Amino acid sequence: MKLTTLAKTVAAAAIAMPLMTAAASAYELVIPTLDYRTGAYAPNGIPFANGFTDYLTLLNNRDGGINGVMIKHVACETAYNTKQGVECYENTKNTEPSGALVYQPLSTGITYQLIPKSAVDKIPVFSMGYGRTSAANGTVFPWIFNFPATYWDQATVFVQYIGDKEGGMDKLKGKKIALVYHNSAYGKEPIRTLQKMSAKYGFSLLLLPVDHPGQEQKATWLQIRRERPDWTLMWGWGVMNQVAIKEAASIRYPMDHFIGVWWSGSENDVEPAGMAANGYLSGAFHAPGDKFPLHDEIKKYVYDKNQGTGERERIGEVLYNRGLVAAVWTVEAIRKAMEIHGTKEVRGEQVRDGFEALDVSEARLKELGLPGFTYAVKITCANHQGPGKVALQQWNAKAKQWKIVTKFYEPLSDITGPLIAEDSAQYAKENGITPRSCN
Amino acid sequence: MSPDFLFFLEIIVSGLMAGVMYSLVALGFVLIFKASGIFNFAQGVLCLFAALALYDFIAPGGWVDRWFGFTLPVWLGIIMTAGVMVIVAWLIERLVLRYLVNQAPIILFMATIGLAYVLEGMGDILFGSDVKPLDIGLPQGASDYMLDTFGLYVEKLEIVAAFVAAALVAVLAVFFQKTRIGRALRAVADDHQAALSVGISLRTIWVIVWSVAGIVAMVAGIMWGSKSGVQFSLSLIALKALPVLILGGFTSVPGAIIGGLIIGVGEKLAEIYVGPLFGGAIENWFAYMLALAFLLVRPQGLFGEKIIERV
Repeated sequence: MKLTTLAKTVAAAAIAMPLMTAAASAYELVIPTLDYRTGAYAPNGIPFANGFTDYLTLLNNRDGGINGVMIKHVACETAYNTKQGVECYENTKNTEPSGALVYQPLSTGITYQLIPKSAVDKIPVFSMGYGRTSAANGTVFPWIFNFPATYWDQATVFVQYIGDKEGGMDKLKGKKIALVYHNSAYGKEPIRTLQKMSAKYGFSLLLLPVDHPGQEQKATWLQIRRERPDWTLMWGWGVMNQVAIKEAASIRYPMDHFIGVWWSGSENDVEPAGMAANGYLSGAFHAPGDKFPLHDEIKKYVYDKNQGTGERERIGEVLYNRGLVAAVWTVEAIRKAMEIHGTKEVRGEQVRDGFEALDVSEARLKELGLPGFTYAVKITCANHQGPGKVALQQWNAKAKQWKIVTKFYEPLSDITGPLIAEDSAQYAKENGITPRSCN
Repeated sequence: MSPDFLFFLEIIVSGLMAGVMYSLVALGFVLIFKASGIFNFAQGVLCLFAALALYDFIAPGGWVDRWFGFTLPVWLGIIMTAGVMVIVAWLIERLVLRYLVNQAPIILFMATIGLAYVLEGMGDILFGSDVKPLDIGLPQGASDYMLDTFGLYVEKLEIVAAFVAAALVAVLAVFFQKTRIGRALRAVADDHQAALSVGISLRTIWVIVWSVAGIVAMVAGIMWGSKSGVQFSLSLIALKALPVLILGGFTSVPGAIIGGLIIGVGEKLAEIYVGPLFGGAIENWFAYMLALAFLLVRPQGLFGEKIIERV
């Protein structure tokens, strides 16, 4: 190398060094995800994590992050294990430079453990459509957000749907509704709401718990065969869903009278049952399919660059879309936090404010490439559960497609409201919390 | 027939059928324990691994389909999977067991725990974690004849499982009693040192017994995979086999079958008639309670070899 060339190289390096250092220390928005790509529940955890991650990658690739600030995505494997989930939280919460801005645990068990921790660490938890239902009360749970709807909302919607099909809510009297549920904190969530509705509308409620993982459910379905409930609801997860749908088909239970929670309504749950699953229903708060402009953007900016986390042909599956919408709402909350606080270098505490002022209208959904994908969501200081609307989707086994088949029902807040107030007041009392004022 | 009696009958039949499914898993444990004194914690994962391999041989979208553009017929897929299980057995002997000869049983047990994690991870990397609907042409759903004629709900798949289990027990009985290798296996099970002194190769025997257990695991994996789709929760069915083994005895093939039937019927009756008193979902722990009660009376299980310690 000639001396002049060497001198030029050294000079160039000297000039570039501060720039490189500046780039390396640029502020980044840390979003950890508590994924489960291994273990018994991986088939459900993977598509959700893929949808969430792909959206963050899209923003980094297309927009240079959120409002020009790059996202630092930190994935941590929980295997749907509460203890591992808490370890993930502890290991990632102080990730530099911003610290964790928000957590999406995708597990009711982990969410319950993070509720007290999040208040101490000042990091919001977005348990989207799961977790502790009474966290909807923002005056007691300022750090937890469970919009767009809760399990209790969903239970009231299912009963309304059944009422519609039976010819009116007054026709529910004397009917029998069974609840087949995962014998865990998650599966037990809707019981109180259903019991209250059972007392109000006069239907009898048959409770049938299924232990983890739910591979053998013969005793449960023998009881359903004997009791012959008019309708069966399911709060299941993982292999429990597939086995239940197959067992229901085996005892010739009518699939269009079998309704699963939104976590029991993915392609994974119905495909093993083949044609027998045709007509099965489940709750939903967003559309299935990949026919939205945002999906095209993901294909163009993420998958065409070989940066997709999953398989291209699985974009648009129910749980993929759920991860996607979780990421969209999360990012919108971060944008709102930047707007409120006038800085792009937001921290977890400020992102919480962003969640509390979140307003994703239908017009904004269209701008984001998701027109008609879900409904408008507006969060306030006191209301962390959002509108609570739920539709039902139905499985077409021949076409191998889910399709939304009902309107988005409003939840019965006269049922859920008092329960939320009661449960959150109890939590506040047990934990010495003075509810804050939202006026 | 009164509806109550019919329902009772249905519970018994369903319990027996579920028990057969547990027995299929328990058989693999018995084979390895009988020949080597190892409680193989990885048996459930072997079932999963075999079912994953079979799926990738025969299903559209599996490995063979993606690489060569066609899928294997089911019979060939099963033979290939059996081959995979033999290779896995050979690797286990070569990489794990060979270095643990004469170690205490607890060391070997710990090694199988590690093995379970390795196999599960390998399965994840090689085959992916999706739910794979396994269809090898086995009948699904309730038997229409039983349902329409007697009002009795019996699953066709479980009837097949009962025949498969019976055939498996017959084949294993002939293998153990009538073949030279079978006699060698029994010799090793009785006394390692004595077997070695008459020229029986412990390493060969271990490869054979793990291969046979792997093939039994494949049969169990096919049955369970056909029932619920092949997915990683399949490895947890080992937990269902444990009370069966305690009850039937760790060293008895008929014990695995009888134990499975007792556990199957017992847990179903308990869940339906006693469960409501405890809020339901008692069948899992009830099976262990039943096994525990047997342990107190017969520590070696119903058909296990009596434990005699000379002092």
